[in-house]
Amino acid sequence: MVYAELGFGSLIITFLVSLYAAGAAIYGVRRNAHAWVDSARNAMLLTFPLLSLSALTIIYLLVTNHYEVEYVTEVTSRSMPMYLKVTALWGGQAGSLVFWSWLMSAFATAVTLRKWDRDREFLPWVVVVSSITLAFFLGLVIFLENPFVRIWQTGTGQIITAMFQPAGSRIFVPADGSGLNPLLRHPGMIIHPPMLYLGFVSFVIPYSFAMAALITGRTDDRWIRITRRWTLVAWLFLSLGLILGGRWAYDVLGWGGYWGWDPVEIAAFMPWLAGTAFLHSVMIQEKRGMLKHWNMILIILTYDLVIFGTFLTRSGVLSSVHAFAQSAIGPAFFAFIGLTFITSLTLLLQRWNELKSEAQMTSLLSREALFLLNNLLFIGILVVCFWGVLFPLISELATGQKVTVGPPFYERATGPLFAGLLLLMGVAPLSAWRHSTAKTLGRAMWKPFIASLVVVAAVLIGGIRHPAALLGFWLAAFVAFVTLYEFWRGALARHRRLQESLPAALWNLAARNRRRYGGYVIHLGVVLMAIGVIGIEIFQTETQGTIPQGGQMALGNYSISYDSLANFDTPDGRNVARAVLSVYKNDQYIGELHPRRDYYYESQQPMTIPGVRSTWEEDFYVLLVDWEPISSQGATFKIYHNPLVNWLWLGGFVFILGTMVAAWPEREAEAETERARVRRARYAAAEA
Amino acid sequence: MEEAITPQVQSAGRIKFIIGGLLIVAAIAYLIFTSTQASAQYFLTVEELVARGDSVAGRDVRVSGAVLGDTIQYDSKNFLLTFTIAHVAGDNKEIETEGGLAKALYEAVNDPSRPRLQVVYEDVKPDLLRHEAQAIMTGKLGDDGIFYAEELLLKCPTKYEEAVPGQAEG
Repeated sequence: MVYAELGFGSLIITFLVSLYAAGAAIYGVRRNAHAWVDSARNAMLLTFPLLSLSALTIIYLLVTNHYEVEYVTEVTSRSMPMYLKVTALWGGQAGSLVFWSWLMSAFATAVTLRKWDRDREFLPWVVVVSSITLAFFLGLVIFLENPFVRIWQTGTGQIITAMFQPAGSRIFVPADGSGLNPLLRHPGMIIHPPMLYLGFVSFVIPYSFAMAALITGRTDDRWIRITRRWTLVAWLFLSLGLILGGRWAYDVLGWGGYWGWDPVEIAAFMPWLAGTAFLHSVMIQEKRGMLKHWNMILIILTYDLVIFGTFLTRSGVLSSVHAFAQSAIGPAFFAFIGLTFITSLTLLLQRWNELKSEAQMTSLLSREALFLLNNLLFIGILVVCFWGVLFPLISELATGQKVTVGPPFYERATGPLFAGLLLLMGVAPLSAWRHSTAKTLGRAMWKPFIASLVVVAAVLIGGIRHPAALLGFWLAAFVAFVTLYEFWRGALARHRRLQESLPAALWNLAARNRRRYGGYVIHLGVVLMAIGVIGIEIFQTETQGTIPQGGQMALGNYSISYDSLANFDTPDGRNVARAVLSVYKNDQYIGELHPRRDYYYESQQPMTIPGVRSTWEEDFYVLLVDWEPISSQGATFKIYHNPLVNWLWLGGFVFILGTMVAAWPEREAEAETERARVRRARYAAAEA
Repeated sequence: MEEAITPQVQSAGRIKFIIGGLLIVAAIAYLIFTSTQASAQYFLTVEELVARGDSVAGRDVRVSGAVLGDTIQYDSKNFLLTFTIAHVAGDNKEIETEGGLAKALYEAVNDPSRPRLQVVYEDVKPDLLRHEAQAIMTGKLGDDGIFYAEELLLKCPTKYEEAVPGQAEG
């Protein structure tokens, strides 16, 4: 069996090649030797095919049941369908680190293929930073978490694991693997972890450019302009990963929830928060030449939170919602995070004076001031999250007693900050750069404001009295109207000026200014998501009970009747208990639901799968809790009524759509602002 | 391009922003402080909880331990779940010296000398509740010495040893 050696050998070569790339690039730049820089570039290009070989080898071993490889035994079993065997590449810790590195090399390759003459000063340093990051992950894989380790039986019959054949031992092939945790056997497994990882990995690129800017001293906004689309793409994947994770939890975890403030969820959320703050504040640097230090700090923070997030979320043993085992790779991660953080900050301090603001903030209601406020709120939420994750450690150090905080802490502390962000989302698009007053803002805002009050009145008439819900609906309506009004005003102006039809004007408006209007679409997505969150958080109701066959149970205006239950084995090693329910709404029959319980024989693990009836108005969500073997005895159900929850998923879709609009490549050459053109000329002159 | 700013205006503007910024930072600090106070819970091991007894009775605490499979009883008609957990070290380092979480849980359920705690939980029985799982619970210790859990989280570290029986040589 040479596959393990092949895959492992390729990992080692990639590790050496990426170290070489970093070294050659540094040497080449320092000595001004183009040949070395080109060699570094070629080395970087080599990492992707090499890692593809390793990753494809793992996939091959997974799908062909090579159980003598420990990783294959841990994450697959014979009864698993093919697609899950492939996705088992990221089902365990060692494989997911290889997967991470593979994606990293793909992105680094994509960057390296850019035209080198344009950003010649940056690219060698981008190669250095990304290849060091890559080398770190490969080092983890090679020295601490090797997916190619095999199982051996020694002469004395002992079972051991080792990469290479220990003397006097024979290869040992278990009959079957222990299989992927049933909670991970869901189509969500195909898409959720890769999206999250893509998001993580692609944030390395803007960070690399930021470091390149600091090292080379080209500290204008060029690095931001180059990486603008990278950042948006990274953010797109990260957002998609988070949204899909929520959807998966809602479908699979059986508690009708989408977000549990689990430390691992928070670990993926923190880089998103820092990245979102970054996305907003770079606009101020581009427009006004301000907040340069702040942007550097944000991208450094995002990068290290990405590494931290990878550490916490690397799938490993995802047995509970997100359990993760302790292992030797913890200290290595913390050492790397510490090292990169300190190095980045040192670089930043060296350039501190060159990153002076070119303008002064004067008006508290100006666009830039409101963006700054937005940043403070995002970072505030980040601090809340960080505090919550670290609090047990802090309390243990301070008092010797471990004290933890749970979801109520996060909800209470972030709630007002999220509300503040929503409000800003309504106000900021209407404020002007440089100078705005309450008067000018009021003039721009009164129409959407009145319209939003009408919505609140309608909600009140509809019978809703919950203060938080009323505030939430008002904010959602206000932001939605402001945003739609912006579209309307822009389209109307085009329509009048260029005689375009209104739909054409709307289309061209967005197409000509993708970043701005893509951003507005994202805001609309957030509004829709907020409506869904209000619905499920405030208005969710539930009931539970045992009913005999033919019996009925009601929740609100819904009722179910328990018709029958079937219990059968499936070819993939499950025993399925599946109930058939008739669902009635306002005493009208509306359909059947099939909540079920799958029992996985090999892992002795039951899994509850809800029966859900989904409409725009609400989800009717039924869990099969228990049943008597003789089905006439009855069965026990738990029912949730989740109003408006589908607006959350619709909002997620709109959100992603908006991000794609904003990130879509412009057909015409990158439009340069006056400032950027002036600066570019100055740099060209300085170089000459 | 930029408006001319006299030093006085500049410093006045600065103060405005510094005060505004400080107010927001103070508000965030206040939110974190009060929310921590409102929802902080002691995270105890079974041993610590049993030792403290009355001093934490009636207060929300978190406790974790290893589930004893034989003790799991579920009355689904009343959604009443009862089981017993055995003491597991709370410190990650101690768990590491025991050979990892899976090993520590195994040791815990097979050591009758360890302190144990009976748990009552009223809800759907979680899929992951099984022998040797780690249960992490939030709830209150009753006067009767039973822990009444309001929230129940489970971790089941996969064990390599589990795969050993039933192997074939190749």
